[in-house]
Amino acid sequence: MKVLVPVKRVIDYNVKVRVKADGSGVDLANVKMSMNPFDEIAVEEAIRLKEKGVATEVVVVSIGVKQAQETLRTALAMGADRAILIEATADVHTDIEPLAVAKLLAGVIKEEAPGLVLAGKQAIDNDMNATGQMLSALLGWSQATFVSELAIDGDKAVVTREVDGGLQTISVKMPTIVTVDLRLNEPRYASLPNIMKAKAKPLAIKTPADYGVDVAPRLTVVKTTEPAGRKAGVKVASVEELIAKLKDEAGVI
Amino acid sequence: MAVLLLADVNGAQLATDAVAKALTAVKGLGEVHLLVAGPASAAAEAAKLEGAAKVLHAEDAGHGLAESLADLIVGLAGGYSHIAAPATAFSKNVLPRVAALLDVMVLSDVTAVVDADTFERPIYAGNAIQTVKSGDAKKVFTVRTAAFAAAGNGGSAGVEAVAAKSSDLSTWVEDRVAASDRPELTSAKVVVSGGRGVGSKESFDLIEKLADKLGAAVGASRAAVDSGYAPNDWQVGQTGKVVAPQLYVAIGISGAIQHLAGMKDSKIIVAINKDEEAPIFQVADYGLVADLFAAVPEMTGKL
Repeated sequence: MKVLVPVKRVIDYNVKVRVKADGSGVDLANVKMSMNPFDEIAVEEAIRLKEKGVATEVVVVSIGVKQAQETLRTALAMGADRAILIEATADVHTDIEPLAVAKLLAGVIKEEAPGLVLAGKQAIDNDMNATGQMLSALLGWSQATFVSELAIDGDKAVVTREVDGGLQTISVKMPTIVTVDLRLNEPRYASLPNIMKAKAKPLAIKTPADYGVDVAPRLTVVKTTEPAGRKAGVKVASVEELIAKLKDEAGVI
Repeated sequence: MAVLLLADVNGAQLATDAVAKALTAVKGLGEVHLLVAGPASAAAEAAKLEGAAKVLHAEDAGHGLAESLADLIVGLAGGYSHIAAPATAFSKNVLPRVAALLDVMVLSDVTAVVDADTFERPIYAGNAIQTVKSGDAKKVFTVRTAAFAAAGNGGSAGVEAVAAKSSDLSTWVEDRVAASDRPELTSAKVVVSGGRGVGSKESFDLIEKLADKLGAAVGASRAAVDSGYAPNDWQVGQTGKVVAPQLYVAIGISGAIQHLAGMKDSKIIVAINKDEEAPIFQVADYGLVADLFAAVPEMTGKL
């Protein structure tokens, strides 16, 4: 079974985000970029399935700017076999919307025919949490979102999902789209020899036109602003003082 | 035009608070119809929410699974300009699927409805707020409930039956929902959260005891969840739940940006941390620099 994993290049998890002065978005020029953390978990799970003999090949796909090649090389260094980059924009500030991404991925899937797609549940830049569900809808496949445990059993997958009040187990028909949550696994670091080896692995470059997809946005950004700040309050010296403040000053207990 | 609001049903229960808050968010857009896929009792509960003109009730056997529920919503979509839902795990599973089937974009976690086409939503873990205008014919979006007050429950909307859809793509197996006497995290007036500083699953008991004394829900930072001290459904932050209680008590939480994204709209924030440089103190109304293992039991005892 072939496993396909979409990966996104996003601002690094630890970088302090700055809103651009003109309000058009967040400043991404000369900022450290990394693989979306949820996508790392998806890549790790795909590699583990290959190590267990469940998967035969792991193909990673990224959609965005040409610099996303670095993100794909990271996935190849972790252990993916092959990469596809769809260069959809030359501007690092252009975020291709989940609907367009899902349409492009659907095009890739028609060519590649994977048995399973493993995706991150959300990207930490636009926080939309949508691409996996949209892709599943476009393909008419089953979907398993926010997954913290995955077991493939022939023509179905049994998954544990992180839901509002706890956990839910469902069984989905293969092929399926799984979006992964934090606790599915802990992604590995690529070793130096594997980073060197990854440079020789195949990376195909495509364009949206190859899949006949229009990536024009449906949403127009009117403005981007800093959130209203919160001021630091006072330090209290003791538990008694804290309780007194909460009772008498704030009136919340 | 009218608004179709998907009402969360967890198990057999209507998520009343979340639905009531989402109702407030969308009521300015037109007549609101609530869609309840679940038992008749959940539909009856929804009919009491003020501002709902009608409840559409599908006797659902699919446990709200995305494939059948999305088909149901798409079948009803013709009569609506807006399709919305509270931004919960339940709805975030379904609405993007609906949007793709309708060939429109989805908007997640809307914090303000500016007009019929324009919405505000946080991006980058709440480090920026973006105002976006949708060019799509239908708007499909989820609402961050912490940003809105709950609608009252003195209404009496009519309930109309609609036929549920079924799908053989997925099958429900079981729900493992932790039984608890505590209030639900996203609707609680008081939340007591523990972070990595709590140190172990056993020590989390200190957090729970204080929470019970305050009649509070228990939360946790991602670090505490990742370390296995607390279950994931307690997680507050960018990748967990967003809360805005009257009182939020952060214990042993450093205050990473991803955590602040989930609680910075709380009315009063208290931080208890032994590191006086911890960023949590920059957003706390009251900060106590102390060893939590001494301060928390003391507080529980003195309340």
